Amino acid sequence: MTTTYDGAGLGTLAAELTAVLGPAAVITDRQRLRTYECDGLAQYRVVPGLVVLPESAEQVAAVVKACAAAGVPFVARGSGTGLSGGALPHAEGVLIVTSRMHRILEVDPANERAIVEPGVINLHVTRAAAPQGWYFAPDPSSQQICSVGGNVAENSGGAHCLKYGFTTHHVLGAEVVTPDGELVWLGGTTRDVPGYDLLGAFVGSEGTLGIATKIVVRLLRDPESVRCLLAAFSGVDEAGAAVSAIIADGVTPAAVEMMDALAIEAAEAAVACGYPEGAGAVLIVELDGPAAEVEHTFAAVHRHCTGAGAFEIRVARDAAERALFWKGRRSAFAAVGRISPDYIVQDGVIPRTALPEVLRKIADLSTGTGVRVANVFHAGDGNLHPLVLFDEAKPGEAQAAEEVSGAILDLCIEHGGSITGEHGVGTDKARYMPRMFTAEDLDTMQRLRCAFDPAGVCNPGKVFPTPRLCGEVPGKHKGVHPLQAAGLAEQF
Amino acid sequence: MVAPTLDGLRLACTEVAEATADDTVDGVPARWVAWPRSTEEVSAVLRAATALGLRVVARGTGSRLSWGLPPTGLDLLVDTSRMTAVLAHAAGDLVVTTQAGLRMIDLQKQLGSHRQQLALDGSDTLGGTVGGTIATATSGPLRYRFGSVRDLLIGITVVLADGTVARSGGTVVKNVAGYDLGKLYTGSLGTLGVITEAVFRLHPLPEASRWIVSSAADVARAAAAVAAVRAAQHDPVALEVDRGAPGGSVTVGVAVEGVTKGIDARADAVASLLSGAAGMPATVIEHPPDWWGRAPYPPQGPGATVTCEPSGLTNLLATAPGALRGSAGAGVFAVGLDDSDRLDDELAQLRTITTRHGGSAVLRCASPHRKATLDVWGPVPALGLMRRLKDQFDPEHRLSPGRFVGGI
Repeated sequence: MTTTYDGAGLGTLAAELTAVLGPAAVITDRQRLRTYECDGLAQYRVVPGLVVLPESAEQVAAVVKACAAAGVPFVARGSGTGLSGGALPHAEGVLIVTSRMHRILEVDPANERAIVEPGVINLHVTRAAAPQGWYFAPDPSSQQICSVGGNVAENSGGAHCLKYGFTTHHVLGAEVVTPDGELVWLGGTTRDVPGYDLLGAFVGSEGTLGIATKIVVRLLRDPESVRCLLAAFSGVDEAGAAVSAIIADGVTPAAVEMMDALAIEAAEAAVACGYPEGAGAVLIVELDGPAAEVEHTFAAVHRHCTGAGAFEIRVARDAAERALFWKGRRSAFAAVGRISPDYIVQDGVIPRTALPEVLRKIADLSTGTGVRVANVFHAGDGNLHPLVLFDEAKPGEAQAAEEVSGAILDLCIEHGGSITGEHGVGTDKARYMPRMFTAEDLDTMQRLRCAFDPAGVCNPGKVFPTPRLCGEVPGKHKGVHPLQAAGLAEQF
Repeated sequence: MVAPTLDGLRLACTEVAEATADDTVDGVPARWVAWPRSTEEVSAVLRAATALGLRVVARGTGSRLSWGLPPTGLDLLVDTSRMTAVLAHAAGDLVVTTQAGLRMIDLQKQLGSHRQQLALDGSDTLGGTVGGTIATATSGPLRYRFGSVRDLLIGITVVLADGTVARSGGTVVKNVAGYDLGKLYTGSLGTLGVITEAVFRLHPLPEASRWIVSSAADVARAAAAVAAVRAAQHDPVALEVDRGAPGGSVTVGVAVEGVTKGIDARADAVASLLSGAAGMPATVIEHPPDWWGRAPYPPQGPGATVTCEPSGLTNLLATAPGALRGSAGAGVFAVGLDDSDRLDDELAQLRTITTRHGGSAVLRCASPHRKATLDVWGPVPALGLMRRLKDQFDPEHRLSPGRFVGGI
């Protein structure tokens, strides 16, 4: 964690990297550097010291090696759609943008996999496999623009992870440039590769353990049947009861999504999705699998929605109608811009059974502070995305919204949940980590980081509130052990 | 120093004793055994072990202590058999938190009464404890649909060599806060710390299950049947093969699960697909065949775990020595090898075949004297990073020393 870098050092590094990558792949111009000052979380902005656009794993390795040698920090960035500031640049560091590494190297349904470069867009993997009837399961809302490398860094989820899991379940292997510039393979093209599961630790490490340069992703066979319904309820309690009944019946839907009245209002204003009028909450439930299975479980889901008090249930007749149901949900974050000039997208998780109670407490928070909160969430797995509304122009509103947003995270922790279900910790939530983990927990996690990045140059300042000095091995030879004090042990 | 050591351990843990002749790890005798009851007690034991400079191996039922290599030294066994509590079962959330010493079979019984399961099966898995299952990363047929330990473990509490208690993950399925240390502990053979508690994602028990089996006419037909099931849309939970000696017939087995009303139609569809591709009639049964989920070798081995890409299946079935059985769906198999001087050759042969198809061959268990002269692990990528990881978590190399890859 030395700070030997300065402007002059970056000038030398810029020249060195230009020699390796060519002038078209190195950005030093201040105006152009500003393009990269933030990711999807625009409230944090830092103009990077230098931006490079490598086109191969070897180039990434060369850049990282040069950074490591110069003691200059570096940050990897894919499409820049992250919502936690995980790709926030370092002012005296190098931003390594992977968007030119966008080749799909192999689509191999017979081996149930594709091999892609990190800059490949998530949806493009499915597009490439679709003609043969296969797809890549992780489907974050940003799937039309987010990169697979970013998905790996963030362990991205999506609406369908309730049944199919997260990115970590769909990556078999990755070629990685380690923070000292070495190219290594973690995992491979088969499961259970001998040794520690470093791939498992790497996925979701938010760019702090290295940069993936090739990724082996699993492809899944398209389901035979997909059925989707949209159910309208008078309020979130009734909709929540329907979800509980579905899960208690042993059904694992592909997705269960909920929106409350304010979120519906926003979606209507933005995309006119035509959800049932007067709904206090809507539920989108999607099932997929073999037709003989889906037919029966879908009837059960329908029954549970009616039983919980749904006043209208629409069943999608075809893919187009299903897309219409999803349109409102997928547009929800952006749609909130129609009803509020500014808003915070929060991402917290609670045990699904705590949903009614936590939603009531969020409503109380909202009433008590006058800050409006629209709720959109993956109801099946308790992943809340409260949208906290405010107007930057009005004094005090931003601050109040920030406080409500933080209080919602506290509610998640109180109920045994998590401060992030899919957006990551990044820059934004590092300060909340001590509320969820003890100092020992965080210190132990950073032992992993020290194994990969002892110099602390790989995406520093993210995930952890306080960096750990890697030279120091904690707990060892510290103070007097009780056994020594008792005269039972002599040597340490 | 024997008596002072025992006294020292007693300060840390209520139940400790000198080891008996049974307290060995893969032939290496321990000197002391501690039976802690909680994470805190494990922490106290490991702090005492640090002060006393003891080398430590954690033990559950002991059924898989012969996996990997024998420890290069052993002083203290930390036995988890007093840590058998289900700490929390949030049935509505499909999540369970348990102590590490709980037997898997007991856990499944408790969950079963709520019509739920931890979707890890196979006799290796069910015979051991929660902690042992994580440390050895065993899996069974269900991994094709539900993944393996790494995929179902959502939270873990461990005690590091120096006694530090660390937790990662949590008690909700969807959670990306912090590093996922559970992945590192999965399959680590006790070399990074003692696992004391675990949190798992659960699945509902299906209303109905069917197994569809067919003996293929030859290996090519068997591989074709497996490929046909992959390419179809029947969504099986398991896709297994079972082959005796090389040249013998290959049985292909498929399991489907779901609601009672749809199950027979689905099983029949799989049966017709299988019989067409395998060239032999397929049978639908309501219980798993007797070989299902059992390793094709005795507990003491010799047995190997081999992996290969789906496209390598024909070659593997045609040329692998020994008896082969496992998840063709996931590409992970157990192979029973010959307990003779030919073991070295057979292992080498397996490695030649599997590396051609992106896979590996690891000798799981064999008598210690045979393992002493063999390359148990084969090539291990990123070994340098693994060594650095070990140095961070257990700088004095006192936890299961030498049992893991590269002498870790």
